[in-house]
Amino acid sequence: MKRIISVIVENEHGVLARVVNMFAARGYNITSLTVAPIPNTEFSRMTIMSEGDPKVFEQIVKQLYKLIPVYKVIESSDFIEKEMTMVKFSIENNLSDIDALARCYNGSISNVGEKHVIVSVVDRPERIDNFLKAIKRFKPVDIVRSGVSVIER
Amino acid sequence: MKMTGAQMVIESLIKENVEVVFGYPGGAIMNVYDEIYKQKSFQHILAKHEQGAVHMADGYARATGKVGVSMVTSGPGITNAITGIATAYADSIPLVIISGQVPTTAIGTDAFQEVDAVGITRPVTKHNFLVKDVKDLPYVMKEAFYLARSGRPGPVHIDLPKDVTAAKTFFKYPEKIDLITYKPTYKGNARAIKRAAEAIKKAKKPVFYIGGGAVLSTAADIIREIVKITKIPAVETLMARGVLRFDCPFLLGMVGMHGSYAANMAMNDADLIISLGARFDDRVTGKIDEFAKNADIVHIDIDPSQIGKVVKTKYPIVGDLKLVLEDMMPFLVEGVKPEKFEEWREILNRYKELYPLAYNDSDEVIKPQWVIQKTGEIVPEDVIITTDVGQHQMWAAQFYPFTKPRQMITSGGLGTMGYGFPAALGAKRGVKEKLVVNFSGDGSIMMNIQEVLTGYKYNLPVINIILNNNYLGMVRQWQSMFYNDRLSETDLSDVQADFVELAESMGAVGYRVSKKDEFIDALNDALTQNKVAFIDVQVDRREDVLPMVPPNSPLKNMLVFKEDK
Ligand SMILES: Cc1ncc(C[n+]2csc(CCOP(=O)(O)OP(=O)(O)O)c2C)c(N)n1
Repeated sequence: MKRIISVIVENEHGVLARVVNMFAARGYNITSLTVAPIPNTEFSRMTIMSEGDPKVFEQIVKQLYKLIPVYKVIESSDFIEKEMTMVKFSIENNLSDIDALARCYNGSISNVGEKHVIVSVVDRPERIDNFLKAIKRFKPVDIVRSGVSVIER
Repeated sequence: MKMTGAQMVIESLIKENVEVVFGYPGGAIMNVYDEIYKQKSFQHILAKHEQGAVHMADGYARATGKVGVSMVTSGPGITNAITGIATAYADSIPLVIISGQVPTTAIGTDAFQEVDAVGITRPVTKHNFLVKDVKDLPYVMKEAFYLARSGRPGPVHIDLPKDVTAAKTFFKYPEKIDLITYKPTYKGNARAIKRAAEAIKKAKKPVFYIGGGAVLSTAADIIREIVKITKIPAVETLMARGVLRFDCPFLLGMVGMHGSYAANMAMNDADLIISLGARFDDRVTGKIDEFAKNADIVHIDIDPSQIGKVVKTKYPIVGDLKLVLEDMMPFLVEGVKPEKFEEWREILNRYKELYPLAYNDSDEVIKPQWVIQKTGEIVPEDVIITTDVGQHQMWAAQFYPFTKPRQMITSGGLGTMGYGFPAALGAKRGVKEKLVVNFSGDGSIMMNIQEVLTGYKYNLPVINIILNNNYLGMVRQWQSMFYNDRLSETDLSDVQADFVELAESMGAVGYRVSKKDEFIDALNDALTQNKVAFIDVQVDRREDVLPMVPPNSPLKNMLVFKEDK
């Protein structure tokens, strides 16, 4: 089962390692992880997407609370989720087809170079999965996903 | 006036009223040791191995209730300390461990004696710090002591690069610590407490399940009071021995793998288990699916992550055990009718009579249980007992007549062989007026025997009673019971140190004992010696710790007598 939590932490030495260790120590995989400072505060927000046993996960959340620099662990089913992905294609492709597809997923062409065109889209992770399936036929050269960011509704 | 980081460490220790530091010097921590040389406020005890130093600080902390302090150098210094730190972490013991580190400019370069110390200690500490700027040092020191002793206590590690201990700035020790991210809950929720009290009133077969948290939160007096008023039967974990007096009529004994039959059946048959600072360790619950099937659980713990971790809890209360019980007391005094539990107590007392803790004594060969009981008869009541890990530890927990909390000092959560003797030295340093006796095995004692010299040098006379079965006894017992007697690498009889000579070579007195009279004489003599003593007692080699719940079996499937197997 997919789970997403937001962990608000104080920006201090080793805090990322502490949080990630908590997952590793219990044999739990992290599917995606994004971190950035929260503007005008001393905190950062880590968004962690993971999959697995609800009981183990409950322990992870409780243990996270025990970490000294952890301020808050937000578990909500009412998140707005977004992920960004950037995909590089050969310039040989039909650019208007690619552009049309990207627009369906809140995206557009970000860069056109001599050899490559780069598209970026921002959408829910499941929709990103679909987007990546849809663009297969254009033979993408490179794909970078950002990991999911969430905010409570 | 400006101070160096090293001077600040000393000043901070003084401000925290530290009276003793257990440590071992080295290159990266030398600036601090230079300041230790110059000061007269606290004693530094030089251990012979960093593991010994940390166990000493731990034994000191457990005996006194204060924070234990240990200081080591970088690299191998801190790695040697890890087992000690992990031991304290597993039992929630407040320690501050200070290690030297290579200079900040060399961190990450694989410099001489560099390890990622904070990376290594992270999983076995409550919190840790790498101090990169001398300006942060006073605050870090204050925070470390605060974290170690507040909430659920635990070890806190501070890693100090050498250039930070050399750097200078103004020293101002903070008055208090206020962390927005760390606010332990001390006071229990009033409604939750009332609800739990109602459940206790309604219960027909309740049992108090007392754990190490009862010791840490100094709740023994109020627990004794509550037990007396409610007449509800009680069981103790290994870590809680002494919270109730051994002869308390409501105490059923120790619970768990080597607990008494009555204690385990009480847990098995209860309709309400009231957990007082206990954490449902697998050594206590046996097979978890079969554990206390008909019981609701009241779980009081200062650490919310303990609640519901292993068993489903109907009445969770987060808070300091003593404060919670103080709040609960009026409800219990008013509402609980002790007569109600009469029948329940009778059943359990019958179990107690039918299956008492017992062993077949002998006059040919000394039984280890006899040694422990006899020691209890000979030494003063306010002795401190430490143990190593193995059969002797369980026999001590089963047969020693404990009368007070903090009287039994043992590695419960981690089960660290080599713990007992250095912990005994630390305890002795903490409570000098008390006698300290360490029960050890011939396997365990070898793991930190070098600390005899420490005991000699600092005049910390503790008595070691080695229950010598020439086996790694506890492992041998499992091999006998569950591996068809294939004694793989547990027979120590072929090559064994001469403990008497070994001890004497380091300034201790030694006794070799193979008859009951000799033991009594040796112990009485050791009591007059004011030296570290080793009494090497040759005991029945094949004695087993019974009763026993086989691993991963339900509590009720206990092997009670030897014939059961
Ligand atoms: C550091 C460490 N290594 C290994 C073990 C596993 N272990 C548990 S009990 C035991 C045997 C202990 O033998 P001894 O000290 O002679 O005590 P006895 O059981 O004979 O009383 C061993 C090896 C342990 N607990 N700690």
